[in-house]
Amino acid sequence: MTPPTPPAVRLRDAVASRGGRPVLRGVDLTVQPGEVVALLGANGSGKSTTVKAVIGSVPLEQGSLELFGVPYAGFRAWHRIGYVPQRTTAASGVPATVREVVSTGRLPQHRLLPFRRRDRAAVDRALHAVGMLERAGDGVADLSGGQQQRVLIARALVGTPDLLIMDEPMAGVDAASQQVLADTLRAEVARGAAVLLVLHELGPLEPLIDRAVVLRDGCVAHDGPPVPNTGLHALPGHDHVHPHADHTPPRLLA
Amino acid sequence: MTEMLSYEFMQRALLAAVLVGITAPAVGIYLVQRRQALMGDGMGHVAMTGVGLGFIFQTSPVWMAVLVCVLGAVTMELVRSRGNQRGDIALAMLFYGGMACGKLLVSLSAQAGAGSLESYLWGSILTVAPADLTAIAVLGAVVVAVTVGLRRQLFAICQDEDFARVTGLPVRTLNLLLAVMAAVTVTVAMRVVGLLLVSALMVVPVVAAQQLTRSFAATQAASIALGVVVSLAGVTGSYQLDVPSGPAIVLLAIAVFAVFSVLAAPLARRRHRASADPGPKVCDVELPDRPAGSHPGQLPEQSSSDTTTPGRRAGLAQ
Repeated sequence: MTPPTPPAVRLRDAVASRGGRPVLRGVDLTVQPGEVVALLGANGSGKSTTVKAVIGSVPLEQGSLELFGVPYAGFRAWHRIGYVPQRTTAASGVPATVREVVSTGRLPQHRLLPFRRRDRAAVDRALHAVGMLERAGDGVADLSGGQQQRVLIARALVGTPDLLIMDEPMAGVDAASQQVLADTLRAEVARGAAVLLVLHELGPLEPLIDRAVVLRDGCVAHDGPPVPNTGLHALPGHDHVHPHADHTPPRLLA
Repeated sequence: MTEMLSYEFMQRALLAAVLVGITAPAVGIYLVQRRQALMGDGMGHVAMTGVGLGFIFQTSPVWMAVLVCVLGAVTMELVRSRGNQRGDIALAMLFYGGMACGKLLVSLSAQAGAGSLESYLWGSILTVAPADLTAIAVLGAVVVAVTVGLRRQLFAICQDEDFARVTGLPVRTLNLLLAVMAAVTVTVAMRVVGLLLVSALMVVPVVAAQQLTRSFAATQAASIALGVVVSLAGVTGSYQLDVPSGPAIVLLAIAVFAVFSVLAAPLARRRHRASADPGPKVCDVELPDRPAGSHPGQLPEQSSSDTTTPGRRAGLAQ
């Protein structure tokens, strides 16, 4: 029985390690089209590694990954995915303008062809959505942390993705940028995009979230409706199982 | 000047200088972007083994150096992409081994002489042979075609490798391509600036240009222009003063960097003023529990247990 539209993400029994240390010990994660899933857990629980496994930058030692119903090895429709990495900085060793950074999000569309007017228009739209259009010509290194985060989100939105993957988008972001981010996310969800969010705690995005997956020590400890303040429950010491977890049977491997 | 241009060896040297001035910054900008500015230096060391092999087998040292340097660059890229924690040690072995091996091979070869290796280390305008010029032109054209033609793709992988992977770019292939281009550039530039200073011509024009630029495209264009100017001026100076061309070019480039750095500060200030209202320069928030005008340094110790600065506290009180 295959559903008519395959899930955007289907990660099954994922095992991965980094630097010889096991980080994921059999993680299952499914994101349905149009669904907003929050990935929660304490530091070191494997949230970021799970996301890196989903985008293929951390190889799986065991388990399988399908994106939009296609096994990872054969997946080519990268234009359907927008990725916002965990931000350290958007700047690199050479100056680059906001527009140049955001334009890299358009690479799946124009590939080796020259950058054309419709690519430029898409970049303008994405910059407008995060309120950074008037800063398009400025260097990214001159922006505040929150503004840099908005630039990275615009870069992910520029290809109008069907799946948006964001790693800790709220970390170190000022209040004004948090508001812009929540509004942008709301608009993307209304458009029908699926969203996979790594969060430290639910926080201001809580009303948007359909389902929360809590990781602990590389295992899924909860998979179901979001619980207020789940982030706190996921901290070490809170190792109880949520009573409603039987709605969607979690895999308790711990 | 006309006398200088009437010598065939000088015509070749100046042509080589132009080619090197374009090629080295065109590749170097990606190394600087990825904060691998010293990578070219390592490749220069590895290329010495290639020069040594060329001496031993009596073949062209340039092509031998291309071969060895490409192998070294691919090794370095594989070490880097693994993210191995002992990666720096592996690279150190490669660099020192390459240099030691090169010197050893040269001393074993029939042409061993004080000056033979010297010209490869520091560059020499007298030794750009017609065959060298052909090799420099062909390789330089390839490097420029790749680094300028694939500018958006290479920019993306050097800016944010994980993101580039999600755009579906063949990240590994592009990384290897970039490493090979850097290796080729080292050997292209070797006759003019010398192996020990190759990296400088890849890095200094870029770093000088970015003192005054804000965009990547402008930095790339300006660094290539700068590379050509300092290479031509350095080769000319080398002829006039009878000094090796490499040091002349590099010192000129560093001088340009120094001048641009001095110019950069007021320029950045003016840009800052033009962009947005930065708010008051000093805190203008009055704390509720203290009379206005009291000096922050005179705060009573017990008023705060943390290390919050007066400015931050003012923000919190708001």
